[in-house]
Amino acid sequence: MSVLVIAESNNEYLDRNVLSCVAAALEISEDIDILVFDGSEKVLSDCAKIKGIKNVINSKGNLVGTLAEVLAPVIIETAKNSSHVMMVAGTFGKNLMPRVAALADSQQISDISAVIDSDTFVRPIYAGNALATVKSSDSKKFITVRATAFQAVESEGGNANIVEGLQPKDSSNSKFVNRDLSESDRPELTAAKIIVSGGRGLGSSENFKILDPLADKLGAAIGASRAAVDAGYVSNDYQVGQTGKVVAPELYLAIGISGAIQHLAGMKDSKVIIAINKDEEAPIFQIADYCLVGDLFDIIPELVKKLD
Amino acid sequence: MKILVAVKRVIDYNVKIRINSERTAVETNNVKMSMNPFDEIAVEEAVRLKESGKVDEILVVSIGQRKVQETMRTAFAMGADRGIHISYEGETEPLMVAKILKKIVDNENIDLVIMGKQAIDDDSNQTGQMLAGILSWPQGTFISKLEVVDKNASVTREIDGGLETLKLNLPCVITTDLRLNEPRYASLPNIMKAKRKEIVEMSMAELGVEYTNRLKIIKVEEPPTRSEGRKLEDVTELINILRDEVGVL
Repeated sequence: MSVLVIAESNNEYLDRNVLSCVAAALEISEDIDILVFDGSEKVLSDCAKIKGIKNVINSKGNLVGTLAEVLAPVIIETAKNSSHVMMVAGTFGKNLMPRVAALADSQQISDISAVIDSDTFVRPIYAGNALATVKSSDSKKFITVRATAFQAVESEGGNANIVEGLQPKDSSNSKFVNRDLSESDRPELTAAKIIVSGGRGLGSSENFKILDPLADKLGAAIGASRAAVDAGYVSNDYQVGQTGKVVAPELYLAIGISGAIQHLAGMKDSKVIIAINKDEEAPIFQIADYCLVGDLFDIIPELVKKLD
Repeated sequence: MKILVAVKRVIDYNVKIRINSERTAVETNNVKMSMNPFDEIAVEEAVRLKESGKVDEILVVSIGQRKVQETMRTAFAMGADRGIHISYEGETEPLMVAKILKKIVDNENIDLVIMGKQAIDDDSNQTGQMLAGILSWPQGTFISKLEVVDKNASVTREIDGGLETLKLNLPCVITTDLRLNEPRYASLPNIMKAKRKEIVEMSMAELGVEYTNRLKIIKVEEPPTRSEGRKLEDVTELINILRDEVGVL
């Protein structure tokens, strides 16, 4: 058995979640290659240093848009001898992997949270309200991995070969136009150790900023519930939940978040959850480790002040 | 232009699910069922395109037991025109659905497929991408904005960290994210009209699709529950917890 892991990079740095994907791959086989698209020297050497990797395959080309239409045939060809192809279940992998799997006539296994054996996997269904154990009969398996469910492998200590891969062909029917990424000095939500997250209780986009000094003090990323996003307090890339990002930081501070099922689905695997809410009956308190009932507009400024 | 919208009947998103006593599936008997919310957004987007005069017909497809026709009628009441119901008793899989939809796309000369990015039951998020793959069509997934001009679709996608814009040639497959639109409520006259719209029912065999499931569900379990938390008195206690128990200060 051998696994091909597809890495996501933006040319400057590697998506660190790939370390968790490699951890999942190691539960299947020790024979692991990583495929990188148009990796910079830094990205390639970072890949080569990951513990447990044999080859880093660099597929060069003008890949600014990373279109699934362009990348899928390269993956099919590169994975010719692999038994498993794996990617992180982020938007990059979610967009790309099913196209690849279908081209290989294989039923993908999405968002796995555990490996039982090389055919059998656990995956959350119904927004994480149930866990299904599924066994695949496809000869080649295409899998996306829930990064928060696997302990990342070490990013140092490996010494993989860097080899040149196939060159993708342009797609005439799909064109990348542009990307509009939110600029922030804060850690990325899915990689953050601490997340300060706000809900509808914040009341407005102006009020939402009350979380900024707290996040600064804690070195935290800022997240939001879908209710806060729908109400327009922050943009959608802040959203934690079934339809947003799935996170599992060391500490999740849920502030003014009632705890709708779809939000809990995105954060209930956090190590420690602290909830601040004025409604004693809020469902968030049923899953939080520590609960503080009160007005967040009093509590947050006091907390920030006392953290000095 | 002809649009195909695929709709799935799922447990209503407000229902707290129960796992069956055999621990093999989530209980769907005597549970409120609805159209998958992302599919509702897909229907709404198709209807808006039709209202703007760019689309001649909206074909709705659903797979499953007889009752999926109720879900299709909901799409009709919103403004879709006619339906194809593929009768099937078992568990569907994304690859199977993609193969069925491909056949219908070919038979019906579809120009644009709009579907939800994922069904909220199995959360696979695959079918649209798979369909685009086996059709060799462009794909625009997780979109929050769609503009169709002549033979082009300009789509804005919700990606990790922000937004991405692509330009796709038609025909193509689009999958919807939550913020694309807010689906309408059907009016009573439209609900009445929906009852008269045509649904053609056929089996997979009649359509000419053969498929054996690739995934076997071994068991379905409840996730580990978190124990009830400790109530804190004030901010000082919170800070003590952050420092001593969580260790982040």
